[in-house]
Amino acid sequence: MSDSQTNSVAFVRTDPIPPAAPPFTTSGPVKWAKDNLFSTPAYTLLTVAALYVIYLILSNTLPWIFNGVWNTSSLAECREVLQGVSGGCFSVLTERWNQLIFGFKYPVEEYWRPSMAFLLLFVAAAPVLFYKLPRQLLIITGLFPFVAFWLIWGGTILAPLIALAGFIAGYLVYTRLVTFSFAAGFFGGIAAAFVVWIVGGELIPEGASENAWLAPVASRDLGGFMLNMMLGVTCVSLSLPIGIALALGRQSDMPLIKWICVVFIEFIRGVPLITLLFVASVMLAYFFPPESSTDLFVRVVIMITMFSSAYIAEVIRGGLAALPRGQYEAADSLGLDYAQAMRLIILPQALKISIPGIVNIAVGLFKDTTLVSVISMFDILGMIRGPILAATEWNGVYWELLGFAALLFFVVCYGISQYSQWLERQLATDHR
Amino acid sequence: MTTITDPPQGAFRLSMLINDTRYRSYTFQFIALLALISAFAYLGSNLFSNLAAAGLNISYGFLGTPAGYDINQTLVEYNSQSTNARAALVGILNTLLVAFLACVTATVFGVVAGVLRLSNNWLVSKLMSFYVEIFRNIPVLIWIIIIFTIMIAVLPGPRAFRGDEPEASMFLNAIAFTNRGVYIPAPVWGPGSMLVVATFILSVIGVFAYRRYATKLLYDTGRLLPMGWPSLAILFVPTLLIYFVMGMPIGLDYPELKGFNFAGGIKVGGPLIALWFALSIYTGAFIAENVRAGIQAISKGQTEAAGALGLRSGRIMNLVVLPQALRVIIPPLISQYLNITKNSSLAIAVGYADITATLGGITLNQTGRAIECVLLLMLFYLTISLSISAVMNVYNNSVKLKER
Amino acid sequence: MKKSVFLGALTVAGVAAGAAAAGTLDDVKARGTLNCGVTTGLVGFAAPDANGEWKGFDVAVCRAVAAAVLGDASAVEFVPTTGKTRFTALASGEIDMLARNTTWTFSRDVDLKFEFVGINYYDGQGFMVPKELGVSSAKDLDGATVCIQTGTTTELNLADFFRANNISYEPVPIETNAEGNQQYLAGACDTYTTDASGLAASRATYENPGDHVILPEIISKEPLGPLVRHGDNEWADVVRWTLNALIAAEELGVTSANVADLSSAAGDNPEVNRLLGTEDTLGEMLGLDADWASKAITAVGNYGEIFEGNIGESTPIGLARGLNAQWTEGGLLYTPPFR
Repeated sequence: MSDSQTNSVAFVRTDPIPPAAPPFTTSGPVKWAKDNLFSTPAYTLLTVAALYVIYLILSNTLPWIFNGVWNTSSLAECREVLQGVSGGCFSVLTERWNQLIFGFKYPVEEYWRPSMAFLLLFVAAAPVLFYKLPRQLLIITGLFPFVAFWLIWGGTILAPLIALAGFIAGYLVYTRLVTFSFAAGFFGGIAAAFVVWIVGGELIPEGASENAWLAPVASRDLGGFMLNMMLGVTCVSLSLPIGIALALGRQSDMPLIKWICVVFIEFIRGVPLITLLFVASVMLAYFFPPESSTDLFVRVVIMITMFSSAYIAEVIRGGLAALPRGQYEAADSLGLDYAQAMRLIILPQALKISIPGIVNIAVGLFKDTTLVSVISMFDILGMIRGPILAATEWNGVYWELLGFAALLFFVVCYGISQYSQWLERQLATDHR
Repeated sequence: MTTITDPPQGAFRLSMLINDTRYRSYTFQFIALLALISAFAYLGSNLFSNLAAAGLNISYGFLGTPAGYDINQTLVEYNSQSTNARAALVGILNTLLVAFLACVTATVFGVVAGVLRLSNNWLVSKLMSFYVEIFRNIPVLIWIIIIFTIMIAVLPGPRAFRGDEPEASMFLNAIAFTNRGVYIPAPVWGPGSMLVVATFILSVIGVFAYRRYATKLLYDTGRLLPMGWPSLAILFVPTLLIYFVMGMPIGLDYPELKGFNFAGGIKVGGPLIALWFALSIYTGAFIAENVRAGIQAISKGQTEAAGALGLRSGRIMNLVVLPQALRVIIPPLISQYLNITKNSSLAIAVGYADITATLGGITLNQTGRAIECVLLLMLFYLTISLSISAVMNVYNNSVKLKER
Repeated sequence: MKKSVFLGALTVAGVAAGAAAAGTLDDVKARGTLNCGVTTGLVGFAAPDANGEWKGFDVAVCRAVAAAVLGDASAVEFVPTTGKTRFTALASGEIDMLARNTTWTFSRDVDLKFEFVGINYYDGQGFMVPKELGVSSAKDLDGATVCIQTGTTTELNLADFFRANNISYEPVPIETNAEGNQQYLAGACDTYTTDASGLAASRATYENPGDHVILPEIISKEPLGPLVRHGDNEWADVVRWTLNALIAAEELGVTSANVADLSSAAGDNPEVNRLLGTEDTLGEMLGLDADWASKAITAVGNYGEIFEGNIGESTPIGLARGLNAQWTEGGLLYTPPFR
C-alpha cells in the first residue's frame, strides 16, 4: 500500500517552494507610487496638479538656463547670440562679478583681503558652531574680528592691535577683581579697556595709515554681497551681548531698569527696520557731536544692531522663562549671588534653549540687510538696482541678476537653517 | 535673585549702598537713571547745536500746507491741493489695506501649505517643503521686486487689448488682467438695490441664528440637524428672490478700453497686487511652518482617543485637533501679521502709495523735513504694533491653559 | 558697550573723520579730499562706470572744485545720495557740496537753509512717449498713466501741469531710473516723465531709441546747480567761482588744450589773465592758489568740453546745448565778470 502510494505519486516535494516575488503592483516603485501618490482619487488629483506645476516651472526655466550666454559684453550682443531663442544672459554675472560681490569701489588689487577674511570667517566660526572641536580654537575666534577688520579696512595695524590690547587689559583686570566682586571686576574691566583705548589712540602717529602695509579702504567703498555679509556678521555678533543684557534687564526686579529695557525692546520691535534705516540715513547724523561726522556704515551698523538685539532679547527671555523655577531656587539655595547664578546656572541653560530662535533671528537679519539698498548703500541689491541696471550695456537684464542674488541668499540662509536643525538634534537633552 | 538677609545691625553706612542687597538695587537704578538722563541730554544737546548750526528748526507746520502731488490709489478723497496730513492719511489707509489683504491671503496660503506639507502624498509634501524653504530663505525685498517684475513683464499692457485682432483679451469679457492692474466689473446700484442688500444682511444673521439653534437643539435633545444645505439656502434663496422681484436692480459696470486705459469697473492697481501677492506668499511660507508645528504639537493620543470615541476624521480635525492646535498656532500667527504690516513699508520698491511712500517718501523729499517725517512714521507703526500686541495679549490670556 | 568699542576702533583707524569746526574750505584742505554728494546713478550726470570710476557732468563739477582747492582732481570722495538723504547729508556735514541735479527752488534756498551757488544745467521736465501711441502734445495725455521718477520736484510740476490743463492722469511713482525704464518699456505706463536731460539719457540706453519721442512741452523750469550749506560764504564763493570759471573759460576760449600755454605767461586778454591768475590776485582773495582756475580747467576742461564729453551730441545721450549755450550764442550761460 505504502509502496504503491509512493510509486503512484510521481513527485513529492521535500523542501518548501522558494517564496515568490510579491505581485508587481504591491512592491517596488509601483507600490510606493500607489501608496504615496495615488492612494485616493483626491490624492491622484493633487499629484497630477503638482506634476503639472513642476512641468510648468521646469519647462520655462530649464531652456532658459541651458541656452544661457556667458561671455558677451552687453545685452545687445547677448540678444544677437541668442537669435530670439529663450535663454538667460548670464554674461552680466561674469562681466559684473566683481561688482556684485565686492561693490564698485573696492580696489581691485585688494580683493584678496575680503576673500581671505571670508575664508577666515569659517575657521573662526567652526569652534562656535561645532562644540566638539577643541576649545583652544576659540582663540582664533577671538582674534578674528581684529584680523578681519584689519584685512577689510586696511590702514595701520596699530588700530586693531590697540583694540585687542584693550580687550585683553579689560579681561586681565576683570579676572583680578572678580574674586572680590563681580561688579567690581566688570566695571574695572571696562574702565581698563577704555584707558588702553584712549591712551593707545593717542599713541598712533598721525598719518600712520598712509603708508601702511595694507592700503586703507574707506567704508563707503564697501559694497556688493560682501557688504551684506559684513553687516550680517557684525550686527549679529554685536547684538548677542546686548540682547542678553536686555533680556536680563527685562527680567530684573529693579523697576527702572526693567522699564528702560521694556520700552527699548517694544519700541524697536514696533517699527519696521526701514524706518530705523531712515533714522540712520537722515536723522542720526544730527545726534552726533557737531564737529564730527560718522560714516553711513557705522550708523547703519548701530541701527541694525539695536534692531536685532531687541529681537534676540525676546528670544533669550523666552529661554529664561522656559527654565524650570527650580533652577533659580537651586542657585539661590547654594548661596550664589545674582551674577554667579546667572553666569554659572541660568544663562548656559537658557542660551542653549534659545539657540534655534537666535539662529532664526540671525537668518532674518541677514536677509534684511538687503534693505540698506533703499538708503543708497550699494549692497548686492543696491548694485543691481543702481549701477548695473542703469548701465547702457545691461539695461533690461532682470531675471539673471535677481535670480543670482536670490540664489546667494538661499545658499547661505538654507545652510544656516540646516545647521540650526542639526544643532537642535545634538542639544536635545530633554530634562523634563 | 535677592535673598532675605539678616536684619540690619546698627545705623546706615555709605558702604551699604554697594554691599547691602536692600540698598544695592537703588544704587544701580540711580546709576542707570543718571546714565539715561545724561545720554538723552548729550544727544539732545547735539541735536540742538547741529540744528542751530544749520539754521533749521523742528516744526510740524508742513503738515497743514498743500502736498502738491497726486496719489494713484486713494481710499479717501484727495487731490494735489490737499494737505500733507491728508496725504499721510491716504498712506495710512493704503498701508492698512494692503496689510489686511495680505494677512487674509497669507493665512490661506499658510494653512493650505502647512496642512499639505503633512500630507501622505510624497510629491505634494515635497513640493510644499520646496515652497516653504525657497520663500523663507530669500529676502522679502528680492521677492517683492521679482514678483513686481514678473507682473510687469508677463501681463500685457492695455495697448495689447486694442485693435481688431488684439493680442490679449478680457477674461470672460469682464475682467482685464494688465500690467497696470486688474480691472473688474463694478456693481451699479439701481433703485431698490438697498432692499436686496438689506435682505442679504438679514440672511447672514439668519444663518447664524439657525446654527445657534441647531447647536442648542443638539446639546438639549441630542438631535442633530443638518448644517450645510440649510445654511446655504437661508443665505441665498431670499436674496435671489428679492433680487428678481425688484427687477434686477444691481447691474455690473464692465471695464472698457477707453483712451490710454480701461475705464469703468474697479481697478486694483498693479503695485497693490504685486505687494499683496509678494507679502502673502512670503509670509505664507512662515505661517505654513507655524501651522505644521501647531498640528504636530498635538499628541497622537488625542487623535486616537477621539477615534476611539467614534468620531469621523473630519470631526476629529474640527473638534479635537484644531482647537488645541490653534492655541499653539495663533500667537506666532499674530506676530506674522505684525511682520506683514511692518514689511508693507517695502512698498517703496514697487511704487505703492503707503505711508512710507507718502509721508516718508514724497512729502519728506519735497519739504526736506526729515526728522519730523521719520518720527511721525515711527509713531504710526508703533501705534499699530502696540495695538496688535494688546489684542494678542488679551487673546493669549483668554485661551491660556487653565492648569490645576 | 560693544558699540563704543567698535566706534572707537573705527575712529582710531581714521574711518570716521573728525572735522575741525573752522570753515568748510579749511576742513577740505586739512582733510585733503573733497566729499561731494552725487546721485546714485544717472548716466551722463553721475554714474560709476564698469571700473567703478565716477563719470558725468555733475561729477566734473566736483572734480573741478577739488582741482581748484586741492590741486588734484582725483581727491574727491563721491558720496551717493538719494532724493531723501541728500539734504541731510549736506546739512549734517557728511558732504561738503552737493552736485546732484537738484532744482534751485525758493523753499530749498530759504527754508532748508542751503546756498545754491549757481546753475550748471538749465533743465525742464518733459515727457517721453512711444511713437506708436501717436501722441504729439502733452495735452493729449488725458487719462494716461504716467511714470514719475520721484525725489525731485517732478511730482509737483506734474500735478500742477495736469491741474492747470484740467486733464486727468494716473501717477506711478518710481524709485530708481532703472525701474522707471522697465515699467515704461513694458507698457505699464503710457509716458515717462522726469527732467528732459534724464529722459534723453534713458532713451539712449534703449534697444530702439528711435521708437520713442520726447514731447515738445517742457512743463517746468529746472535750474540745476551745485549747493552748499547756508552761512559758510567763503566756501560758497569757492564753489560758485569755480563753476563760473568753467563757464567763463568757454566764453573766453580757454580750453584744457590751451590752458597750459595761456597760464604760463600773461597774454593779451586781461580777463583771461585774471581768470588764470597771471594778473591780479583773484585766487588769493578766495583763499586759493593763484592758478586755481587753470588747475580746474586743466583737470576737466571748460564748460563746453564737459558738456560735450558727458552729455553732448557726440555722446549716446545726445543733448543739444539749447538753453545751456553761452549768452553770446543765444543761451543762458552768463557769468559775472572776473574782475
